[in-house]
Amino acid sequence: MLVESPPEQRAETAAAPPSRRAVRAVGLLASLVLLALVALASIAIGAKELSLEQVWHGLFEDSGTYGDVVVADRLSRTVLGVLAGAALGLAGSVLQALTRNPLADPGLLGINAGASAAVVTAITFFGVTSLSGYVWFAFFGAAAVGALVWFLGGSRGATPVRLALAGTAISAALFGYLQAIMILDDAALGRMRFWTVGSLASGSDSTIVQVLPFIVAGSLLALALARPLNAMAMGDDTAKALGANLNRTRALSMLAATVLCGAATAACGPIIFVGLMVPHVVRSFTGPDQRWILPYAAVLSPVLLLGADVIGRIVARPAELQVGIVTAILGGPVFILLVRRRRTAQL
Amino acid sequence: MKTNRAVRSPGGLSVRLDVRALTVVVVLLLTALTASVVLIGTGDFPIPAGDVLRTLVGEGNAGQEFIVTELRLPRVLVGLLVGASLGLGGALFQSISRNPLGSPDVLGLGQGATAGALTVIVLFSGTAGQVALGALAGGLVTGFAIYALAWKRGVHGYRLVLVGIGVSAIVTAVNGYLLTKSDIVDAARAVVWMTGSLDGRDWDQVWPLLALCAVLVPLVLANGRGLRMLEMGDDVSYALGVRVERVRLLLMLSAVLLTASATAAAGPVSFVALTAPQLARRLTRAPGPNLAASLCMGAALLVTADWVSQRAFGAEQLPVGVVTGVLGGVYLLWLLVTERRAGRI
Repeated sequence: MLVESPPEQRAETAAAPPSRRAVRAVGLLASLVLLALVALASIAIGAKELSLEQVWHGLFEDSGTYGDVVVADRLSRTVLGVLAGAALGLAGSVLQALTRNPLADPGLLGINAGASAAVVTAITFFGVTSLSGYVWFAFFGAAAVGALVWFLGGSRGATPVRLALAGTAISAALFGYLQAIMILDDAALGRMRFWTVGSLASGSDSTIVQVLPFIVAGSLLALALARPLNAMAMGDDTAKALGANLNRTRALSMLAATVLCGAATAACGPIIFVGLMVPHVVRSFTGPDQRWILPYAAVLSPVLLLGADVIGRIVARPAELQVGIVTAILGGPVFILLVRRRRTAQL
Repeated sequence: MKTNRAVRSPGGLSVRLDVRALTVVVVLLLTALTASVVLIGTGDFPIPAGDVLRTLVGEGNAGQEFIVTELRLPRVLVGLLVGASLGLGGALFQSISRNPLGSPDVLGLGQGATAGALTVIVLFSGTAGQVALGALAGGLVTGFAIYALAWKRGVHGYRLVLVGIGVSAIVTAVNGYLLTKSDIVDAARAVVWMTGSLDGRDWDQVWPLLALCAVLVPLVLANGRGLRMLEMGDDVSYALGVRVERVRLLLMLSAVLLTASATAAAGPVSFVALTAPQLARRLTRAPGPNLAASLCMGAALLVTADWVSQRAFGAEQLPVGVVTGVLGGVYLLWLLVTERRAGRI
């Protein structure tokens, strides 16, 4: 009921002239170039400043010098940023389309908190220490909270306010649980206070290998859902009339969002607002067609995440500000702006 | 049962009494006081309730007198005052936002106060008094920021809640950052503070809180009628002669002050502000904000929770915030389910 755009705009999109499609394709290419530039910056900028030659040397002529080691280290961090960013952006877009709700975000809906609580449980009570162990816990937590929020938010009659409130309420309850654990267990506190802010610093080759299959599978699933999600944007009845299988689309969308969020959270900790901001920016120039929104979100979200990571490394040099903190500080104002912009009647 | 009764004086004056609400207030008050006496008697050195009462009126022996008046009474008084402030503040916020979830916990006031306290703990390693001041400042700044950001030709309930959620997300990130900056000793201290605890509270915390309550509670109760009309909507209450924005600003300011000072004294004890007004309303079955009942309910809840936190976990004491957090979390989920069924949120 909320992102319903005027019908004429949608008709225009459906019959987009070839030139317009070309513009969008070029835009997508430009976004990819932008992503490459940000990734390069993410490798070059940090406590140890590297020149472009050094980066080149480290990437393609690795001979084990000090610079090469730094490059290798930052490379895995950057790759993790790209993967996690794409996952969060796609999950946010899918959730916004599925709930027809511009305020849907994996963080705001408590899905990240669910994954966090499950991971913390795994660390504290089951002695799980490896990522491959707790990635499953993260999925389980994300899925459980996702389903709970969906149910509590009123399932089909869900409104933005209900979903946001249900998500916040569950996050608050889980937060209390996390705190109780942190008080009782100093060792858990030592590990968790870093994990719960959300950071890319844990990026290593093994982390990447472990989350890669999940993120690839989730991304493919999300991209494949573009058409049915387009149909659902027109309302349940119209979508049904157009031949979309509503329940299957809903289930698959939740599955994709859960897998993507769970993998990203397991690897980086809870990162809020990336999935909220990027789809809004993307929609402002692609229009409501999911076939464009999803690829753009997949490319531009890593740009935001890596950009935030680089900013975090610049402002607090030689230490660093964790990326989850930077995205929250950047994203909070955007969220408030969105809330203020919408008409009071809808809020 | 007829719950309202009109009392007429011979001179022609009449007052309408809500008997049920009045009974609930009295019962809750008695519960809170009884729980306080039990709590004073509880600990490593148990004192029977009769001795506690005798000591309180000044006729106990010297040993009991020291334990009661110097160690346990201030803690219980802080608990009562904090609970009352949180209950009242929560009732005000929920009534103004017209949403049971529009409580200070969800709006991020607790997070704001935490940010202030963490700043003092982590960056300056301040004393307990300075931490309390930092928390007070953090809570006030956050409250003001939420009000200003939600302002758009008046403050609308849902906008207030959603803006609060946004602000609380930002402040949570800042808190997380401060926690990672600290060394492990400061971090452990900060986490205990963040949970809300009554351990080691003495008369220094009682007096400021008591003074503030003495000013704010009568002020808020005097404006209760205006608030009750506000619940019917801005237009109706405007037509009935309520100066809408002025009353709302005054009451919100009071609510922020109450919540922030309670947080400064005991840390952000979660969910009391959320549950106390809801439970009070279910007991009184009266429409309107139920201010007095929420106040007594908050006090009773917090003191009882403190007793549970001292007794339930054996030798290892958990801060009272853990008990309210767990109970409140369960209650919140139940609230969400029932409110959804009733179609109210």
